[in-house]
Amino acid sequence: MRIGVITFPGSLDDRDAQRAVRLAGGEPVALWHGDHDLAGVDALVLPGGFSYGDYLRAGAIASLSPIMTEVVAAANSGMPVLGICNGFQMLTEAHLLPGGLIRNEVGTFVCKDQALRVENTSTAWTNGFEQGQEITIPLKNGEGGYIADEETLARLEGEGLVAFRYLGKNPNGSLRDIAGITNARGNVVGLMPHPEHATEPGFGPDTPKAMRSGVDGLTMFTSALQGVLAG
Amino acid sequence: MPTIVVEVMPKAELLDPQGKAVAGALARLGESRFTGVRIGKRFELVTDGPVDDALLSDVQKLAEEMLSNSVIEDVISVHVAGPDESPIDAGEPGMGSLIGEAEASTQTGTL
Repeated sequence: MRIGVITFPGSLDDRDAQRAVRLAGGEPVALWHGDHDLAGVDALVLPGGFSYGDYLRAGAIASLSPIMTEVVAAANSGMPVLGICNGFQMLTEAHLLPGGLIRNEVGTFVCKDQALRVENTSTAWTNGFEQGQEITIPLKNGEGGYIADEETLARLEGEGLVAFRYLGKNPNGSLRDIAGITNARGNVVGLMPHPEHATEPGFGPDTPKAMRSGVDGLTMFTSALQGVLAG
Repeated sequence: MPTIVVEVMPKAELLDPQGKAVAGALARLGESRFTGVRIGKRFELVTDGPVDDALLSDVQKLAEEMLSNSVIEDVISVHVAGPDESPIDAGEPGMGSLIGEAEASTQTGTL
């Protein structure tokens, strides 16, 4: 199973995402923002980073990249698409997911291991979790405050489209503690925290069992691979 | 060169962490006359072609669809820069405003 990871100018976590795909048992395929080619992949990851230095708005210029034409078409045809951090910002700018991300309410960059609750386990990227499962993966961003108008928030809550919610103290002012959302079809998921940084023992968040042993993020990638195999 | 100015502000109902930080700094300087600060963006689009209604209409559309994100921001103004308004226009008085000096000088014109 081949999962494409798109590199934009200023992407930072593209290789981490490729590594996560490999650790999950898939074949990562490096894709380039300037191409009009998805290389026949089965799923897509828009990785974290600071594309175009967050100029204009975070993710805004990248969302107009040549390859985004193909990404939007693939997403609309049902291909699993995951946006992590800057990738989530791109998905909102491309109108594949509703709402937007603004500067953290605390006014500073936030970098910490973050506890989340999985709220929707029927998406392409979360079907391997248990409903309500609590996971811990890194959060690291300056513009992670999720906002949307009341009507949109009511729809997200009513239709169960909140995929992840922050546990404990809200780290960035996100409305309704929203850390990640899905589209109605469940193939497009975006979240601010970084599952790709919690996929290999020794390099993840601390757990009660051992330092840096947390691999809760791996399930997102195995979920997509399972779904592609089943589909 | 004619310059078209686009001004974008974060939506009034949203917290503006940048403005809040500046307001805090002003307070620490002992300034007590300001109760709030909000920070927005100003774009200056320079053209060497004619500035007509069609161009201004296109800029308005670009302002709403690309220069701003309507989920988090509002387009406050789209107007032709007056002679005193843009550094790019310096020394070229009269390259001017279709909308009128008064409006351009107050920078509140909205199309």
